[in-house]
Amino acid sequence: MIQMKNVYKKYPNGIVALNGLNVEIDQGEFVYVVGPSGAGKSTFIKMMYREERPTSGHMFVDGIDIATLKNKRVPMLRRQMGVVFQDFKLLPRLNVYENVAFALEVIEESPSRIRERVLDVLDMVGLKHKARMFPTELSGGEAQRISIARSIVNKPKVVIADEPTGNLDPETSWDIMNLFEQINATGTTILMATHNKEIVNTMRHRVIAIEGGLIVRDVDGGDYGYES
Amino acid sequence: MKARTLLRHFRESLKSLGRNGWMTFASVSAVTVTLLLVGVFVLIMMNLNKVAEDLENDVEMKVFVALETDDVSKKSIEKSINDLPEVESAVYSTKEQELADLVLDFGNELSLFEQSNPLFDVFYVKASNPQETGKVATEIAKIENIEKVEYGKGKIEKLFNFLNAGRNVGLILILALLFTAMFLISNTIRITIVARRREIEIMKLVGATNWFVRVPFILEGMWLGLLGSIIPIGLVAALYYNTLQFVQPKLSGELFQLLGFTPFIYQVGGLILLMGVFIGVWGSFMSIRKFLRV
Repeated sequence: MIQMKNVYKKYPNGIVALNGLNVEIDQGEFVYVVGPSGAGKSTFIKMMYREERPTSGHMFVDGIDIATLKNKRVPMLRRQMGVVFQDFKLLPRLNVYENVAFALEVIEESPSRIRERVLDVLDMVGLKHKARMFPTELSGGEAQRISIARSIVNKPKVVIADEPTGNLDPETSWDIMNLFEQINATGTTILMATHNKEIVNTMRHRVIAIEGGLIVRDVDGGDYGYES
Repeated sequence: MKARTLLRHFRESLKSLGRNGWMTFASVSAVTVTLLLVGVFVLIMMNLNKVAEDLENDVEMKVFVALETDDVSKKSIEKSINDLPEVESAVYSTKEQELADLVLDFGNELSLFEQSNPLFDVFYVKASNPQETGKVATEIAKIENIEKVEYGKGKIEKLFNFLNAGRNVGLILILALLFTAMFLISNTIRITIVARRREIEIMKLVGATNWFVRVPFILEGMWLGLLGSIIPIGLVAALYYNTLQFVQPKLSGELFQLLGFTPFIYQVGGLILLMGVFIGVWGSFMSIRKFLRV
């Protein structure tokens, strides 16, 4: 699903974020990406959806070569994946239904198919009854569930999550994690950057620790490994 | 792009106008004011041009044929004049006709001269480019049996210099105004886009193509330009109508006239509309470029 070989990333300001990183992630895996701030975690995540481009090295996501992918083809890559953020990134002017439908509208799905899929995923995240509410009327956990619904509405092979529980209280975080487990159970690859020690140590999955732009630890069912 | 998507873009662009009510108002006002200025300038320019042309077309040379020239020579003079490439027309008038015209203008006392007509046979010559009248006159004067060539020497050169300067200044002013308008509108639309940065970012993240993001903004720019051109078109038309009502009677019988209300006002209206749409679309296009790099 995801292959990185000697991926090196140097920003224009001279900072080296990834220093020859190698990794392979298979379809259907659930992977935590951990590590201290500034270790290269964000760059690693951003490369998955080609917000950043490797300076050198090879990188494939679902067979697409990220290093040489033309700007014009980036939308095609992003349609294969879902992305979830710490700050939800919902559109405040659209209601819950419209926010989720948005992801299908931009890829020009047919209206009947949009309706069907949106109601499906809203049901799955348990917020079908709030379809007409606006993001400002939702709690943090609800907002994150909507953003997860949006990320999976196009049935992606992989969901990239950048600290999805970062803004949520512990109890809500568990709800969100259960949702990710559920999505993963359908065969979707999950790649999640997180600082939540408790979650990583309880819901055991593969843990990749990044420090200084390199993977320093890669253990199946490993623990968080840092003091939080 | 599917028809349904295009429809969606239209709907989005219209919705966005309403949502960003105050920004829309600001942009439309900016477009309105600048287009109004441009419109008034175009009115002035086009009329100045018309006056210039009328005056130019009125410039002609009077070529006096030497006395005692026989008919054969007159024919050859006419041919020589017409053979000059810069000559548009040459009309012959005998001295009898000339006298008849004078009698018509100045009264019967002059009919005394019918006994011994002191006038010359003349050719009235127009140059195809009135600005070259002086040059043509010199050439005609070289032809045999020409007594002299008269035209408003000195005066018309001054007139032409004045008209040319007027045209150039007007053109520069219009261009400068348009440039300012474009800058203003581009900036206003940029603010609209900055306010919707997040929306663009999310669109890009869920896999929207650049054109998908761009089109609603470009349409929005188009609406802004269209809306901004309505008031200027109306005001310019009203202004011109009233100016004509006031000025035209005073110009009757003069050598030059203003342009008629129609179709001129349709042309100016169309021009204002086109400029509005163009600066709106161009402004959006330029502003959105840098926000697409997500």
